[in-house]
Amino acid sequence: MPKLIKNGRVIDDAAQILVLDETQAPEALSLPEGPVFVPLAVWQAHKGILADNKAIGVWLDSHESVEDLAEDLDSLSAVALNFPKFTDGRAYSGAALLRTRYGFKGEIRAIGDVLRDQFFFMQRCGFDAIQPKTGKYSDAQLEEALASLKDFSTPYQAAVDQPEPLFRRAQRAA
Amino acid sequence: MYRYDSYDQKIVDERVAQFRDQTRRYLAGELTDDEFRPLRLQNGLYIQRHAPMLRVAVPYGLLSSTQVRTLAHIARTHDKGYAHITTRQNVQFNWPELKVVPEILAELAKVEMHAIQTSGACIRNITSDPFAGVAGDEYIDPRPWCEVLRQWSTFHPEFAFLPRKFKIAVNGANQDRAVIQCHDIGLELKRDAAGEIGFRVLVGGGMGRTPIIGSEITDFVPWQHIITYCEAILRVYNRYGRRDNLYKARIKILVKALGVAEFKRQVEEEWAFGKGGPNTLTEAEVARVATHFTTPAYAQLPAEDAAYAAQRAANPAFAAWARRNVLAHKVPGYAIVVLSLKDPSRAPGDITDAQLDQVADWADAYSFGEVRATHEQNLVLADVRQSDLFAVWEKARAAGLATPTFGLLTDIICCPGGDFCALANAKSIPIANAIQARFDDLDYLYDIGDIELNISGCMNSCGHHHVGHIGILGVDKNGSEWYQVSLGGSQGNDTSIGKVIGRSFAAAEMPDVITNIIDVYRAQRLEGERFIETVRRIGLDPFKIGVYGDAAIIERKQHA
Repeated sequence: MPKLIKNGRVIDDAAQILVLDETQAPEALSLPEGPVFVPLAVWQAHKGILADNKAIGVWLDSHESVEDLAEDLDSLSAVALNFPKFTDGRAYSGAALLRTRYGFKGEIRAIGDVLRDQFFFMQRCGFDAIQPKTGKYSDAQLEEALASLKDFSTPYQAAVDQPEPLFRRAQRAA
Repeated sequence: MYRYDSYDQKIVDERVAQFRDQTRRYLAGELTDDEFRPLRLQNGLYIQRHAPMLRVAVPYGLLSSTQVRTLAHIARTHDKGYAHITTRQNVQFNWPELKVVPEILAELAKVEMHAIQTSGACIRNITSDPFAGVAGDEYIDPRPWCEVLRQWSTFHPEFAFLPRKFKIAVNGANQDRAVIQCHDIGLELKRDAAGEIGFRVLVGGGMGRTPIIGSEITDFVPWQHIITYCEAILRVYNRYGRRDNLYKARIKILVKALGVAEFKRQVEEEWAFGKGGPNTLTEAEVARVATHFTTPAYAQLPAEDAAYAAQRAANPAFAAWARRNVLAHKVPGYAIVVLSLKDPSRAPGDITDAQLDQVADWADAYSFGEVRATHEQNLVLADVRQSDLFAVWEKARAAGLATPTFGLLTDIICCPGGDFCALANAKSIPIANAIQARFDDLDYLYDIGDIELNISGCMNSCGHHHVGHIGILGVDKNGSEWYQVSLGGSQGNDTSIGKVIGRSFAAAEMPDVITNIIDVYRAQRLEGERFIETVRRIGLDPFKIGVYGDAAIIERKQHA
């Protein structure tokens, strides 16, 4: 079963990421069994019937705006943000906005080109679920990669995981 | 200067451990080249022509003598005996082996240094006025603000993978010595009518392929809000800056595409959410940081040291150096000394391990143990007693660091160019050295007077050619190296982008081209008129005629 880092631990995860190919219209919905993340377009086309289904999450690509999901967040338990390339950093802002501006309390999952050397930044921006591509890391490597979540123990600036900057958290000697 | 507390130290120590592990995984084949590239770049590590190049951060150009000695040690032990001062006040080593870089970083961490975010698509080292705290025209010391911003930007989790690099500069004096108009964010410290400190914010300036002067996005942000304001700018840029084309990914392109008014609207809409939040600066934090930049224990001295005047009168060589490389200090009896790294026998900005050790010794003996790096690629001893100037000069001269040409034609800003840099289209150091060799007569240089000649080996413009009074850009034409000349650029308060004068030249032609340009200036200048003023008054045509002959102008008029 695919693995996922959730709240700092490696767990099994059965959720599928539904990706439409060019021939599939969002309106022509056919969902696989079990938990699934659907593309924004599918969600928008079928919101009415999907909204009550707790197995359904939505995934956004890096050019898609979290604002488009803002009004639907109450009926979602999970949102995944895609990193088409790990150097495309838009999803960091997306995750931070979901947490801080829209108060989203559900799962925010990093998907796509997700590499261990970015785990620390992802966690700080509000991702609580991190899913490298299947096959990217062996189970042992993924366990080892958990260390990257703790690359830095006391960061300077405020972020989602630590809403106060160091200068408000600590008494620093002059 | 700023000294680390246990928090700062822990962050750089953890960085060393992190990079050590990343390097290990790369060398073990667990990280691909593509995966390792941004990681090493965010640690200042480039793969260059000969070896990796390591760029070490010098936050806003400030160095302690201890740090300078460590740089000397690294140059001696891990490099070929020299280091290079960059145009963003950092220090580069050209020859370290990849596998020893973690060791070098560990040595740097011991003296409160690092290479964090000296490259990569992230917020880079904050730069500032090299004369901060000592210049007479300074109204607010920029250093505490630079340090506050340094800490905020270090490993900022949201902005580690921006569309492109992001450079911030801060200035707090009447004269802009930080090139704030050519930065992604340029911050000008100021006071409002009530005397409160704040910042005028420029955005979208930059050099590179598309040189643009920054636009004012707000004329005053109160100091408490500068971090949240910068965060709003960065967030808009991170979300909407172009990522499809490397050459159009800087914030200047976004600002230009949206227009400043619309960009400002988006920033302020974003800022409305962050303003007043936890990142709002506190008086206590600013005061804590500012205590690191207090006035040193200056002695009460006469404004004019009698012996210094006598030494200048007796020794013309000393007087020449004092005239160019010694600058007025805000405290009576003290002076700012520019140690020139423009000896024609070396690449501009290069300094040997032995010289670094000597500079550290002079800093301890004469300047409260501090050294500054300038974006013009010189070093500065900022607090020298006038009565010590002669001793400093004798030592600097013996060490080859007293070339008396600060601000003159041969005080060239020059990138490493094709000799070292994998990005370069052409060599730049030999061009600089050839021009220095041509103009080796001091009297002639003094007669030409204040002028800035900047050379870049490619469009990335690390050598700041766009803002040189004379700018030289290396270009590649069918695999051979050519040089394009522009005139009329300038940095500082009247920042302007130079204009190309015409077809480019072969390397061997360059000294003659510069001679012809200077001849036009000397023939046309009015009494007391500096080169840039003449260019602005008479325009480019007389210079084109001087360089290309009448043909260039006639041809252009026929086409018009």
